[in-house]
Amino acid sequence: MTDSTSSPTGSLTRRSAADLAALLRAGEVSAVEVATAHLDRIADVDPAVHAFLHVDGEDTLAQARAVDARRAAGEDLPELAGVPIAVKDVVVTRGTPTTAGSRILEGWLPPYDATLVTRLREAGLPMLGKTNMDEFAMGSSTEHSGYGPTRNPWDLDRIPGGSGGGSAAALAAFEAPLAIGTDTGGSIRQPAAVTGTVGVKPTYGSVSRYGLVALASSLDQAGPCTRTVLDAALLHEVIGGHDPLDSTSLPEPAVGYADAARQGLSGDLTGVRIGVVRELGGSGDAQGYQREVSAAFERSVAALTAAGAEVVEVSCPSFEAALAAYYLILPAEASSNLAKFDGMRFGLRVEPAEGPVTAERVMAATRGAGFGSEVKRRIILGTYALSAGYYDAYYGSAQKVRTLIQRDFTAAFEAADVLVSPTAPTTAFRLGEKLSDPLAMYLNDVATIPANLAGVPGISVPNGLDDAGLPIGLQILAPARADARLYRVGAAAETLLARSEGPVLDRIPEVAR
Amino acid sequence: MPTFSSDEIARLASLARIDLTPDELTRFAVELEVIAHAVERVSELATDDVPATSHPIPLTNVWRLDVPGAVVDRDEVLAQAPAAEDGRFAVPQILGEE
Repeated sequence: MTDSTSSPTGSLTRRSAADLAALLRAGEVSAVEVATAHLDRIADVDPAVHAFLHVDGEDTLAQARAVDARRAAGEDLPELAGVPIAVKDVVVTRGTPTTAGSRILEGWLPPYDATLVTRLREAGLPMLGKTNMDEFAMGSSTEHSGYGPTRNPWDLDRIPGGSGGGSAAALAAFEAPLAIGTDTGGSIRQPAAVTGTVGVKPTYGSVSRYGLVALASSLDQAGPCTRTVLDAALLHEVIGGHDPLDSTSLPEPAVGYADAARQGLSGDLTGVRIGVVRELGGSGDAQGYQREVSAAFERSVAALTAAGAEVVEVSCPSFEAALAAYYLILPAEASSNLAKFDGMRFGLRVEPAEGPVTAERVMAATRGAGFGSEVKRRIILGTYALSAGYYDAYYGSAQKVRTLIQRDFTAAFEAADVLVSPTAPTTAFRLGEKLSDPLAMYLNDVATIPANLAGVPGISVPNGLDDAGLPIGLQILAPARADARLYRVGAAAETLLARSEGPVLDRIPEVAR
Repeated sequence: MPTFSSDEIARLASLARIDLTPDELTRFAVELEVIAHAVERVSELATDDVPATSHPIPLTNVWRLDVPGAVVDRDEVLAQAPAAEDGRFAVPQILGEE
């Protein structure tokens, strides 16, 4: 190998965030060395992967130097201080370009930081850059980015999932040890599944939404993207907890996650009740799930049982309508949230090619030129679902389905402490394979969407490889505010899989350049 | 469920203030027909006795003290505007000819 992973500091890019934190704390490496190793790796492989939309190495190194100086001065720093992080481009960062993957925001420099960014800065995590995504987080493949697709490091001809494909790919390609994602219908969990990484959608309100470019406000939730479950727990504790700037922020602090993960690492699940959801790739509904995905899921359920868990089957019949409800609620909320992109106060402004230059005509020309196809499609669908005469039949009905889905979860969580399912019905598909069929693309989110509609937390952990050597994900869901259970059971699943076949990412081929 | 015509798409696009090309009008009419048909089934489950849920985890009476705090810097905001003058956003003509 000639890449940076074989050089002395290059091996730093293979380490978990928890390991890097320990090395930094022990003074064995500096934050500058860790940041440099990752910036070198980005320079080396990102031309092929395209996980990042923006990298400013000087800025990253300045942040790393500040951490080293604080440590040298004897300051007691937060656990992850000096561990660098990549941030999805839907999160606003003061003075650093933020596009949400859209041409309409090209060149925009936000005048403020998202709350989660403020917390990362306070905790001393140097930011490596902003990661690629489907435009305004609408998509499951990152092909709808206004700046070109991200490629899956496992196979550059395949999608890295979406909308947060950039964050997941950056982890799998060892360009970053930690990343931030947002999950509205699976945008953290599905990319994690198809890249062999870990992704957590916390309970709705656990991580502040202040400073996220909103897609669907009642569904959006930011969370950790990592390579290990413990790293996700550590990161969740940094970014979570109450924020007075978000009226939907939960009042309780985000604590106890790392402890739960460490407990799970023993691999012992005695006394834990695990529910297999019949309608999510369970025995009632394996149709639409790739054969190896179903087989890996059955193997992991058997392993969890062997580790002491009690496995029960639960049924959530209204989940069948979750996808339909989601594709009404999301476009409705998005059509309203995206009204602010009008070319008046920030971002692109385009004047009409002919005729009078009025504000209204400039808005329409700007939005016509600045939005991509998927965004236009969903805004129009949302406008339709909210329009007079259809509101009750569509948006109103979808909100009722949401109630039914919550009731199904409540009943299921009486029988089980956590629920499990495959994260996505298939492994990574080829670039372009589903671009011409929006509905086929939407079906990717079938197993992840119910959690968003009900606000419950979910994690995707690696669950082996398919016959083509592509990663498979295992999803674990917990009741609202019981995120700690995800970390315990997730870490146990990770340990059990590593015992039987080793860590999934150990088998990723080197990125072809 | 009405059939989506290009005219209907054009009406919705006008409500949403998005200029669409003739090609987009035709394509979206076909695609949205398929999507709308797929989402139609929500009405089968949504019976009168089921209440609507607008928010996953309802929090009520979320208050905080009304104290002056830091706000974003005006010049920093206006520096990002497509056009600004005299400390304000400059926008195209909003009202009619008068």
